[in-house]
Amino acid sequence: MNTAVIHPFILSLVTFVPLGGGLLLLAFPRRDRDIKVFALVVSILTFILSLHLPVHFVPGQAGFQFEVNAQWITSPNIHYHMGVDGFSMWLVLLTTFLTPLCVMMSWRSVHGPVKEFFILLLILESAMIGVFVSLDLFLFYFFWEATLIPMALLIGVYGHERRIYAAVKFFLYTMIASVFMLAGILWLYAHTGSFDFTVIQHAIQSGSLQLGSASKWLFLGFFIAFAVKVPMFPFHTWLPDAHVEAPTAGSVLLAGVMLKMGTYGMLRFNLGLFPEEAHRNAPWIVALAIIGIIFGALVAMVQPNMKKLIAYSSVSHLGFVVLGIFSFTTAGIVGAEFVMLAHGVSTGALFTLAGMLYDRRHTYEISEFGGLATSMPVYSTFFLVTTLASIGLPLLNGFVGEFLVLSGAFRANHIYGILGATGVIWSACYMLWMYQRVFYGTFRNNANRALVDVNARERATLWPLVAAALIMGVAPLIWTRAIEPAAQAFVSNDNTAAHMLPGTPATRSRAAQASLELHESQVSGQ
Amino acid sequence: MILWLIPILPIIGAAINGLLGRKFSNRTVAAIGLFFPGLAMVYTWWIAAQFFPNPHTIVQTFYDLTWIKAGAFSVQYGFQLDQLSMLMALIVTGVGFLIHVYSVGYMAHEGGYYRFFSYLNLFMFFMLTLVLADNYLLMFVGWEGVGLASYLLIGFFFLRDSASAAGKKAFIVNRIGDFGFLIALFLMIQHFGTLNFAQVFDKVNGLPAETAGAGLLTAIGLLLLLGATGKSAQIPLYVWLPDAMEGPTPVSALIHAATMVTAGVYMISRSNAVFNHAPIAMGAVAIIGCATAFFAATIGLVQHDIKRVLAYSTVSQLGYMVMACGVAAYSAGMFHLMTHAFFKALLFLGAGSVIHALGGEQDMRKMGGLRKYIPVTFWTMTAATLAISGFPGFSGFFSKDEILYRAYLHGSWGWILWLVGLITAFLTAFYMFRLWFLTFFGEYRGDQGHDQHAGREEHHGHAPHESPKVMLIPLVILGILSVAGGWIGIPKVMGGSNHFEHYLAPIFEQHAATSAQAAEAEPTAEPSGPPELLFSVAATLTAFAGIGLAWLFYYKRRDLPEKLAAGLHGAYVTLENKYFVDEFYGAAVVKPIVLGSTYLLWKGIDVGIIDRTLNDSADAARDVSRGFRHMQSGNIRSYAGWVAAGAAAVVVFMIWRGAR
Repeated sequence: MNTAVIHPFILSLVTFVPLGGGLLLLAFPRRDRDIKVFALVVSILTFILSLHLPVHFVPGQAGFQFEVNAQWITSPNIHYHMGVDGFSMWLVLLTTFLTPLCVMMSWRSVHGPVKEFFILLLILESAMIGVFVSLDLFLFYFFWEATLIPMALLIGVYGHERRIYAAVKFFLYTMIASVFMLAGILWLYAHTGSFDFTVIQHAIQSGSLQLGSASKWLFLGFFIAFAVKVPMFPFHTWLPDAHVEAPTAGSVLLAGVMLKMGTYGMLRFNLGLFPEEAHRNAPWIVALAIIGIIFGALVAMVQPNMKKLIAYSSVSHLGFVVLGIFSFTTAGIVGAEFVMLAHGVSTGALFTLAGMLYDRRHTYEISEFGGLATSMPVYSTFFLVTTLASIGLPLLNGFVGEFLVLSGAFRANHIYGILGATGVIWSACYMLWMYQRVFYGTFRNNANRALVDVNARERATLWPLVAAALIMGVAPLIWTRAIEPAAQAFVSNDNTAAHMLPGTPATRSRAAQASLELHESQVSGQ
Repeated sequence: MILWLIPILPIIGAAINGLLGRKFSNRTVAAIGLFFPGLAMVYTWWIAAQFFPNPHTIVQTFYDLTWIKAGAFSVQYGFQLDQLSMLMALIVTGVGFLIHVYSVGYMAHEGGYYRFFSYLNLFMFFMLTLVLADNYLLMFVGWEGVGLASYLLIGFFFLRDSASAAGKKAFIVNRIGDFGFLIALFLMIQHFGTLNFAQVFDKVNGLPAETAGAGLLTAIGLLLLLGATGKSAQIPLYVWLPDAMEGPTPVSALIHAATMVTAGVYMISRSNAVFNHAPIAMGAVAIIGCATAFFAATIGLVQHDIKRVLAYSTVSQLGYMVMACGVAAYSAGMFHLMTHAFFKALLFLGAGSVIHALGGEQDMRKMGGLRKYIPVTFWTMTAATLAISGFPGFSGFFSKDEILYRAYLHGSWGWILWLVGLITAFLTAFYMFRLWFLTFFGEYRGDQGHDQHAGREEHHGHAPHESPKVMLIPLVILGILSVAGGWIGIPKVMGGSNHFEHYLAPIFEQHAATSAQAAEAEPTAEPSGPPELLFSVAATLTAFAGIGLAWLFYYKRRDLPEKLAAGLHGAYVTLENKYFVDEFYGAAVVKPIVLGSTYLLWKGIDVGIIDRTLNDSADAARDVSRGFRHMQSGNIRSYAGWVAAGAAAVVVFMIWRGAR
């Protein structure tokens, strides 16, 4: 069978199979078991379909692959334009990898109508994949906002005590921020007559679209939408609330995938469309990223609630991503993408593990635990490996990304790398301290004495995550092979843009150019 | 030969025991746990048999696999065998295997047998990766990995809060050092574009020595030194090692004495090209090592816990090795590393045997007279004690002598290093024989009657008894090595031929030569100072003085120490409390960070300012909307009023437009 035949359809399939499954579920009778099995089958099928992408992806080829581009609406001029490069392909895979695990971890822990839960989960999967594969800004924005609704419902309906507050905060905050991006998208449409990413990018690069003074506002519009989503300091306060209240699967997808929509957006749009502005604004963005790394870690350290701790640790980890992106180095950008993937796996695993504990004890308070290594040895081991992955132990996934990001940031500016590297100390502090309080020592609370260790289903949920963490750490090249050309396209793309963009201070672009050349010559070893 | 097989073998054992060991019997666990490191040891010997006739550098990569790549920078799974890594591999597999054997007996009555051997095998994997790597990043893998194994094994008795706290402390303090290591790597990547040893050293040798002022190489050297102070427990990051004694005693022997803690010394020796070009960094290395040697020895004088004495002694001896590196006497440092691995591993294992005999007692005040009960332990420990004290003919004598001699020859201030080192040697002989007399001589001071001691690792409450054979055989082998291990490095003046230095010369001299051309010649070549033999005599007299004083205090006149402690109360309390350094770090670093994070960052900035601003603006928006909501009252007349107002506004606007 010639698999190339389905290249033009594969992205649509991967995107809409979950949605189709969700719609079919609507018609299902309320037999919980059947619903769960069906949701699992659909999500696994989606994962298998998505494997087509890395298998047939051509790493060296520039531009987007598996493209499909058709007129959707003639007026306004909206295209059904999808395609992936190294960045988006792996984020799609991350989504399709995590979703079946989310179905499995929700097997017995849905507090509310079961059917709707899994429908929402599948719709959410479609929307998230859609965000990553869309190459039409209208389509992108559609999926972007579409993720909000199922996630807000998952938090608001299936969450814990303060779920309404958290859901509303999450929904309003991220939606209001997105409005700025919408304004930017509309401005671009008004000036180019197209929502198509490649068309707009070409128009800007070739100089046929003069952004002029608007470029600053366009950059900021997109940036704010993404910064809230990431979330970057100081826009992060919705995240701890959302995580603490969200059901486990919601937390996993929120931290694992949705946060990366923000950093992905920065890569694709802030760097892809406005490289000059990205350079100009880099200093304060990097400053915020570094504050996020350190602030998030320090605040995580003193959290009494396990989920809040993991949430703040996400602020810290995502700070690494932003730092890498705005270092404008190959290592930094490849590393940023890798941190996204690694964080998706290891923080997904951490939330999964926290959820398993919640299923047993109905609390996330760290002080409630202690001595769990005695009663739940297998669980403790899974937690330990995940902890080590999260704090960046070499040969596990966290290290590769952090190392690349920091080396890239260091090259961009020594102080960036030095401040960012303190993160390796802080992460060990907060994670190991939590691990000690939860697992070591004797039982302080008798309820922990009788806890049952992970069962077969839970083990089946955890093994793929741990295995992924190990493989990503040992053989990161599987991933970075496809990422690197995309990253280099950014670095060189921004190189040419510095030449081509008229109306910008010549000295600045020459300086940027010179520093870039310097970097590259240093890489190649003087 | 396949180099990567050496580290891979132990991790197979770790994986089998770690994944399946819970269901195995102790015998099976031990068999697996011994088989793989044992095989690695034998394989290392086989490689050594081919290597020694014709020593040269061999580089291999694991199936040509690249680990990390970004742009022009890439790192492979590459392994390197040369004189230095051959030596380290032999030490690690040899001493490591002996300690595995010992553990079979020592841990026999502990829970989590499979866990212990799995961790121990895991340690071997990372340690062998560390010493066999052909680039800094793979070395860093081992570097962090041994830290992990150390964390797991220190906290092995995790029911004890002190054990888990010590494990965490070790990991975090080491991470501070790793931070320095990482930044050094970033500098190398930026300036050399590679982390491969051969390529980095090539580039370094192409640079002029930084004699005039600090530059790139000085920065790299100082950052590497920071990494070494973490792993090799030097000032200011040594604080984790004494606490690490919470781990089972074989772990203290293997990780916290013989192998892992020497990683910093190995790393500095490996990087000798960098340090030779950076005199300022070299000076810092020498001073840190010298200061640590002395400082830790003084603390060791007054500790009561037998393992703590040995822990501070380890810190002190590591100081010697680091100091040796700082005076470019790398091979002397490596020599001491090797002999120290023998005698310190033996001391710990012997101490473990003592603790085992006493059912978990570690306080030397409750020991005494044990030579009658545990003769094999006594005699082997005697050999090790003589070795560490620098008794002529024993292994430690030759290596320590070499370091002190080379320190003296180092530049204009070398005599200070030598003097402090000599005083430290005196202190070492004193505290080691204090330990020896307190443990093995006099009357047994423990309570024999009770069945339950308040001790740790505890099982027996009867009269002291000798350990089983499986524990004694490693003691005997290490005892022989502690005596004879130094004979391969006997200097010329004593009729030896110093095989050891010649063997390592290719590693250290190729870089020294190039830097010597660039810088003015360091007085390292042929010495012009006082004859070497004079130094040996001085060192020997010092050792005798220390031993004699210990004999006086702890054998002849047992009342003297107390009187002295009472007389020098302030100094004694300061030493007994280890100069209050832990308390200082707690008050000056840990507490401010925790309190600041809680009250300033979290409750202050995060909740108090950022989130409050957000919620307040949301509330404000809601209040404003609430105002508008009143417009929508359902009252027809009010609607009509709004319509009229709107119409009026439109009319006014049109008039205004028209008027323009």
